[in-house]
Amino acid sequence: MEKPVLIREDGLRHDGRKPDELRPIKMDVGILKNADGSAYVEYGGTKVIAAVYGPREVYPRHLALPDRALIRCRYHMAPFSTSDRKSPAPSRREIELSKVIREALEAVVFTELYPRTTIDVFIEVLQADGGTRTAGLTAASLALADAGIPMKDLVAGVAVGKVDGVIVLDIDEVEDEFGEADMPIGYAAGIEEIVLLQLNGVLTREEFVKALELAKKGAEQIYKLMKETLHKKYLKVLSE
Amino acid sequence: MRLRILVADRQIVRPGDLLAEIEDSTEHLEERIIPEKHIYIKDKKIYSDTIGLATITDNDVHVIPLEGVYFPKKDDIVIGLVVGVGITNWIIDIRAPYKAILNGSEVIEGFNPIQHNLRDYLDIGEYILAKITIFDRTRDPILTIKGKGLGKITEGAIIEVKPSRIARIIGKKGSMLNLLVTKTGCNIIVAQNGVIWARCPDNNKLDILVKAIKRIEEKAHMRGLTEEIRLFLEKELEEKREK
Repeated sequence: MEKPVLIREDGLRHDGRKPDELRPIKMDVGILKNADGSAYVEYGGTKVIAAVYGPREVYPRHLALPDRALIRCRYHMAPFSTSDRKSPAPSRREIELSKVIREALEAVVFTELYPRTTIDVFIEVLQADGGTRTAGLTAASLALADAGIPMKDLVAGVAVGKVDGVIVLDIDEVEDEFGEADMPIGYAAGIEEIVLLQLNGVLTREEFVKALELAKKGAEQIYKLMKETLHKKYLKVLSE
Repeated sequence: MRLRILVADRQIVRPGDLLAEIEDSTEHLEERIIPEKHIYIKDKKIYSDTIGLATITDNDVHVIPLEGVYFPKKDDIVIGLVVGVGITNWIIDIRAPYKAILNGSEVIEGFNPIQHNLRDYLDIGEYILAKITIFDRTRDPILTIKGKGLGKITEGAIIEVKPSRIARIIGKKGSMLNLLVTKTGCNIIVAQNGVIWARCPDNNKLDILVKAIKRIEEKAHMRGLTEEIRLFLEKELEEKREK
């Protein structure tokens, strides 16, 4: 595939967004009956579902930690989530993403309240269009809140990138593939803590600072939506 | 400690929502969690740690959770399902992250594992009403069935609800439970782990009771729920009578 025009002459991006504009976001919680908590998140063409179980007993038993809960996280892409079939076996990339998402969640969950138990988080990517790890993190955090697990704050994930020399918010598949840099972050906006930060590509020091500022601003918008979504679940019952 | 409370009573709050600010305390407060109140304190600010209803009681604020699993507490009354039989004890599922243990000596006087086979007394699949005697997080909870009304459940129906709804089903000073008992004429025992044991005069009454409980479970965060349930019960009972 040939490199498309990423930044058009009018300064807008290939899909018509401004550099600091998010894709249309959709969220819902409590969508799965069998899970203790669940969430569905859409960042444009990226569609992710998350399910949380626990705190529950740990099997196999020897994995249990004596002083806190174990968080297990599985990030997985469905075979039909990409244009070419993806093998359903966990790839190197998926194992790494499971780890970084788990570590991001460990930073906000009060695991010490539930010793010798496990909290299992399953993230399933239904359709991939860039930013699946950040959408997955957002969904996982919503699902944890929906399961009633004590946590410091919600975590919103968002990616920033550099395409054709411009720092842009919430990059999609095309921008990721042909851009110069991709930086996903997980941000707990209420307590102003960054719980996930990766960078693929090259940014100068100034660009990094600018990108981080932009990512925080984007994450704050998503954070607000997350809180509204959690609220809405209970308002819906009232209006019925 | 004087607080400036920033939320309304019975407002829905989410993890990380600011509930109150501590105004006067001059000393530096360390970050700490108060799990039973579902709040945590950081930089003289009080935040919620879960999704729930903020509750204000004279210059104090806490959160009543709307979701969450049952976490065992000493002296709680629970209804458990026997899931395993050992040589000297039973394994009981109390819908908590830990399996509970009921020792043979609790049920059988002069218990001797050589003489007695535990299966003859309680078998897998049977329910018991029990009390938690020992629980300290480092080991699994120990149950007892010595006490008034405790023991094997042989009749009636078991209704499972979310453990976070138990407080609402009992109501303030037992108002909701009283309402359910007087209107349906059922004998109802509410266990802290989200299991309800009901013995009703007939199946119609049981049906109505189950419907009412499911309604409470769904609308737990609503104001004036007791009144709504009263009207609901009266309407349903009237309809049944006409038939």
